[in-house]
Order: sequence, then structure tokens, then C-alpha cells
Amino acid sequence: MDLNYTPEQLAFRQEVRQWLAEHVPAEPLKSFDTAEGFEQHRQWEKTLAEGNWGMVTWPKEYGGRGCNLIEWLIFEEEYYRAKAPLRVNQNGIFLLGPTLMEYGTDEQKQRFITKMASGEEMWAQGWSEPGAGSDMAAIRSKAIRDGDEYVINGQKVWSTRAVFADWVFCIFRTDPESERHHGLSFIFVPLDAPGVTVRPIPQLDGLPGFAEIFFDDVRVPVQNRLGDEGQGWHIAMATAGFERGLMLRSPARFQQTAKRLVELYRDHQNDILDLSIEDAVVKSFLDAEAYALSTYQTASRLIKGGKIGAEASLNKIFWSELDQKMHETAMGILGARAELLPHSAAAGDVGNWLDGFLFAQSGPIYAGTNEIQRNIIAERLLGMPRK
Amino acid sequence: MDFTFTEDQLLFRDSVKDFLQGEVTAETVRNLWDTESGRSDALWQQMVELGLTAMLVPEAYGGLGMNELDFVLLAVESGRVALPEPLVETAMVATPLLASLAQKDPRCASLLEKIATGEARVAVQHSVNALVADAHIADWLLLPQGDQIHLLARDQVSLIAQDSVDPSRKLFDVEWQGSDETCLARGAEGVALLAATLNRGALGAAAQLVGLAEAMVQISVQYTTDRQQFGKAIGTNQALKHHMADCAVKSEFAKAPLYRAAYTLATRPEHADFAVSHAKVVAGEAALLAAKNSIQSHGAMGYTWECDLHIWMKRAWALDKFWGHAGFHKNRLHHWLLKPTAKIGADKTFGEQG
Ligand SMILES: Cc1cc2nc3c(=O)[nH]c(=O)nc-3n(C[C@H](O)[C@H](O)[C@H](O)COP(=O)(O)OP(=O)(O)OC[C@H]3O[C@@H](n4cnc5c(N)ncnc54)[C@H](O)[C@@H]3O)c2cc1C
Repeated sequence: MDLNYTPEQLAFRQEVRQWLAEHVPAEPLKSFDTAEGFEQHRQWEKTLAEGNWGMVTWPKEYGGRGCNLIEWLIFEEEYYRAKAPLRVNQNGIFLLGPTLMEYGTDEQKQRFITKMASGEEMWAQGWSEPGAGSDMAAIRSKAIRDGDEYVINGQKVWSTRAVFADWVFCIFRTDPESERHHGLSFIFVPLDAPGVTVRPIPQLDGLPGFAEIFFDDVRVPVQNRLGDEGQGWHIAMATAGFERGLMLRSPARFQQTAKRLVELYRDHQNDILDLSIEDAVVKSFLDAEAYALSTYQTASRLIKGGKIGAEASLNKIFWSELDQKMHETAMGILGARAELLPHSAAAGDVGNWLDGFLFAQSGPIYAGTNEIQRNIIAERLLGMPRK
Repeated sequence: MDFTFTEDQLLFRDSVKDFLQGEVTAETVRNLWDTESGRSDALWQQMVELGLTAMLVPEAYGGLGMNELDFVLLAVESGRVALPEPLVETAMVATPLLASLAQKDPRCASLLEKIATGEARVAVQHSVNALVADAHIADWLLLPQGDQIHLLARDQVSLIAQDSVDPSRKLFDVEWQGSDETCLARGAEGVALLAATLNRGALGAAAQLVGLAEAMVQISVQYTTDRQQFGKAIGTNQALKHHMADCAVKSEFAKAPLYRAAYTLATRPEHADFAVSHAKVVAGEAALLAAKNSIQSHGAMGYTWECDLHIWMKRAWALDKFWGHAGFHKNRLHHWLLKPTAKIGADKTFGEQG
């Protein structure tokens, strides 16, 4: 064990810090759940890509820097420190990207990763259906083979950023006779293909952050299938591992929130009446730090050839509940002003916290609900009986 | 940056784990409850032969010259079996204190040699603890008074036994009279050594609490798999699954803080307060939750003397308060974190906090 950064890692941190200082937009971008904000964020992705900062862990040939996971953590720390824009293409770069590297053919990697990295193509994830939420194996939308094409019919829902995205990666039933997690395949669909209808769904903040997608005899070439036919469930689970485990929510995000919370507490120290708030602030900071420490441990283990499995579920519960707790605490500090929307004259600095508070409510739901994660932990990690 | 233990550290942990699981069963613990001292010389000698008491003794005094980071996983295993012997207290708390003084004080040097060979055991008092653990089997006692640290033989002190809820814990009021002769350190040196001792004590307790927490979950998982109600194992019920999953989350996120605390104590002891207090608080929370959810999962059986669960529960309740309860450690954390000058941020996770 050596908990010191190497001189190279320290130099890397400086390089990231400097580049971000020179490039992060001075004015915060509009929400990426608006048409204008989405394009601003796409532009930012292009800027990142031009500096080869889009996805530092990717190989150089795909626009990355071949960094290891410790360097990725450093990059993320600097990224949040610099208050750089949220990653509009996170479904692509954090989830599909790593999955493509593992399961994609060379052609698919060439075709999809490069444009994903360059910010040219934005991705949405299309797994959930009206009848298949927690029970994803209940997916009914079908992709039926017809020569060199699949013909797709059905409906997806809750697809984040599908309103403005270019592509969606889906799980469809390719074997109509199959049941549950058999006979599913992992397929990419361009959102402008004939037969695709995207219906925006406003979220708690009123903006269309996700969408329903209807497929009506949509045709895509078989080359759009990732992995083998019928391997969809298996690949989806690997992607979900990235989602819950490591990539989607790097610790720096929560450490930055915890830091802001400590600062908010210091600013309001003299007007806080609720004694439990001080403890919640400190606890939040410690938990954010524990999540970071644990992630450094996982990263070190993975670098040495280890694997991440069902323990990804431990992470998902921990970060989502931490995020909720931090925002609840901030609302407690802001008191009577906490309910005000950012544009209200009296709102002061509440705006960010309120937005974060709303979004934090979804953390225990998306990426597999926390109840489902607890089932996974009990059954797969602890070995409790299923039936 | 590499946050993993070495192959050697993990292999040694595995062999000590095997040894402890084999030798220290619930039955062993219960049998010791019925003995006068509550301790087993035979078991102590086996641990000496494994080199456990010598680990933190410097090589110059016949030891292995290792540190808290080498020992922390063994302390976790001691907790996992609810080891009654004061291995952690002797090997990881008392020994480094003696080692700090060995160069200038031959008594400490010779005592270190005896700890390594199993000829001597040492108990430690600290103002953060009400009482002294295992003073009755200690050959020597390290006793603080203000900024002074004294070393007295057992026959120089008088002991008044105090009973703990945990029948394995042997606690004593120690009455003693120090002199210039018995004083090992004083002033700033004494204060610094006592502060470091407190941190090692808290680390040792935190490590055992993590082991205890994991053991209780394992015991409860087994119980809920075996016990049937409504024609099926009670462990199939989601309410119990989620009780156990909650424990697993708490334990998991106590581990990395624990390892950071061990690392910091081993490498930058003067900056370890924050890391140690973090570890102690979260390890205590993990063990208390594991105790609560485990007894619930056992039903009435968990409320009996006969069921082994209380061996672990009671140790958890005791160690959570030992070497600084949550209030003590949270105060240190609050004090550091909330002062306006504290430099915080993700780039400082491995920095000089506290
Ligand atoms: C902000 C946000 C973004 C999302 N983005 C995407 C996306 O991009 N792509 C995508 O495909 N999906 C997305 N989702 C959907 C998400 O994956 C689902 O919401 C989630 O899987 C839960 O499904 P559900 O909403 O149908 O809830 P349900 O499955 O109906 O669950 C409702 C409640 O019942 C509980 N429950 C259900 N089954 C069990 C069980 N067996 N044991 C215990 N409790 C149970 C759940 O835990 C939950 O509390 C997103 C969701 C949110 C909130």
C-alpha cells in the first residue's frame, strides 16, 4: 500500500487543472435538458475531445489517453473541482463505451467509439419498458430478423436525454418464443430512423429529461447488434456493473457536493437551529470520503487484475443515499428559502441546491432501485436463500 | 498510489484467520468464561509462536519490525472470532509505546524482548477509558498520570475487578503510586506518546468492530437460512434480506477508512487523528447495526444466553465505547472539519488532515 501520488500523477493533476482552467466555460451552460443547453453541452464534449480529455481511460486510438483508473479518479477530481459542465453523453462514454470495448467487433469500435468520443454522436439508453422496470427480464419489445436487418416493434420508456440524442442502445427480444432473460439482444438504433417516435417526458423540474420511444417497423442492419444474438442479458448486466459500480458516479462528484455543504454550513453557522445538522454535515463529508477511499481501493485492485461483481450494488446504495442525505441537509440549512426556484429574487444561492435535491430523489431509483440492489447483496454477496 | 495490501500481508492474514477460526470457537470462548482468569496461556503461547506478539517489536529487540498496517487485518480477524485474549492491546497498542522509549530506557527494551518471546504481557491505561483491560494477567502496566507515563509491575499495583456485560472482558480499576523511578516519560513527550497510544487503541478497536460486524452478519445469514417459518426459510423474506444488506453496506464502507487509518498511523502518525476517528466512528456504527439487525433476525433465540450471538454483540457494544466512544471521536472530527481554516477537497483525501 502506498497512499501517495507518484510525481507523474501529481504532474497529471496539474496538467488537467491547467487545461480545465483555460477551457471550462466561464458562464454555466444551460440545462442539457433544453435544446439550447444540449447543443452547448455537445459543443463542450467536442472541446474536451479536441484536447483528448473526453475519456482519459480509453486507448489513444479512440481519442483517449490510455490512463489507468487512478489517473481517471484524479481527472474526475479536477473536473468537479473546476465546476466543469456535466457530461451530456454519459450514457455513451461511461456505460456503452466500456461495454463496446469488451464486446464490440473491431468495426463496431471504429464506427461507434470514435464518434462517441468526439462528441459527434450522443447516446441514450433504452432498456426500461412500461411493463419492465425493476423486472427487466419482462422486456417485450421485439427485434425480428429479416435477412440482414432487424425489424423492431415496441416501446421503451424513461430513456434519459433521448429527446435530443442521436442514438439509443436497447435490449430487444430477438427470439419471439423466448421468455425472461433468454432470447434478448443488445441493439443500437438511430433515433432519426423511420418508424421511431420520441415523446418527451417532463421530470420533476419540468424539463424533458427523459422520453418514451415508440418503434414501429423500424429497420436496422444486423451490424447494429452488440455481441451474439441472445447474449443481450449478459451484456446488459456487464453494462449495469459499470453503471452501478464505478464509472457513472465517480466519488469526486460527491466530494465536491460535500465540500459545498461544509461551506454552506460555515456560512450559515449562526442561524442554524436544528442541532442534528452539524452532525449530518460532518457525516456527509466522511461518507463522501469513505466512498472515495473505497473507490481508490477498487481501482487499485482492478489495476492489478481484480474484478468488480455484486459489490457494485454496495456502491450504488451508498452513493445514492449519500447524495440524498447531503441535499436534505442543505435544504435544512437553507430553511425557509429552500423551496424557492433559482430565478426568484429572494432565492440567493439556493438554486443549485434545489436542483440537486430534486435530482437526488431519483438516485435510489435509476440504475436499478436500491431495493433491488439490497436483494442482490443479500442473495449474491451474502448467500441468503432465494426461495 | 496503490490502495491494496501486499500478497504477503494477505497470505499472513489468511493463515492467522485459519488459526483463529480453528482455535477460537464459541465453545472456546464459553469455556473461558468459567475459568478464573478468563484467559488461556496455551492459546497465548500459540499466538506467540505464530509471531503475533513480535510483529510490532523492533528487530533490535527480537521482533519483526512491522507496523500498524501489517497488523490491522489481524486485528479484524481477532474481532471476527471475538478473541478474548488481549492480543491487539499488547501487540499493537502497548508495544509501539514501549518501542518509542526503548532507546533511552532499558526497562522498555527488555520488556519488548519479553513480549516478542511471550514471556510478558502489558496492559495500558488511558484517560479516554474508564478502566484498564486485562490488568490481571499483565506482567507490567503502562499507567498515565497527567502528562506522565509510568511503568509498574503488577505486584506494585492493586486491582479492583469491574464486571462488564461481556463476560469475556476483564476490566479493572487500578490503584497505584508512581515515583520518579517508575516514570518513563513526561511533558510534551508524554502527551505525544499518549495521543499516539489513543490512536492505536482506537484503530485496534475499530478493526475488531469490523470483524465483529462481518461475523454477526455471517451468523445471521446462516441462522435465517436454517430456520423455517410459514414453511420456508425465514431468510427468503425480503425484510430480513434488507436488514442484512444494510449491514453489508455499513461494513463495506468502514473498511477503506479503517485501512487509511492504519496506513496513516504507520506512515504519518502525527497526522492520524482525523483518519483514526473516522474509522472508529464508522466501524462502531457498522458493528452496532449488525448487532441490532442480527438479534432481530434471530427472534427470541437471539435474546438468550444459550445462543452464541451475544458473544459478538456484547463485544461490539463494549468496543464501540472503548478507546473513545462516538461522541469523543465525532468531536475531534467536527472540530477539525468545521473550523474555517480547514482545507478540504477531493485532492486532499490523502493529505494531512487532522
Ligand atoms: C432519472 C431517471 C433516469 C432513468 N434513465 C433511464 C434510462 O436512460 N434508460 C432506461 O432504460 N431506464 C431509465 N430509468 C428507469 C429506471 O431504470 C427504472 O425506473 C428502474 O429500473 C425501476 O423501474 P420502475 O420505475 O418501473 O419501478 P418499479 O419496478 O415499478 O418499482 C417501483 C417500486 O417497487 C419496488 N420493487 C419492484 N420490484 C421489487 C422487488 N422485487 N423487491 C423489492 N422492491 C421492488 C422498487 O424498488 C420501487 O421502489 C431512469 C429512471 C430515472 C428515475
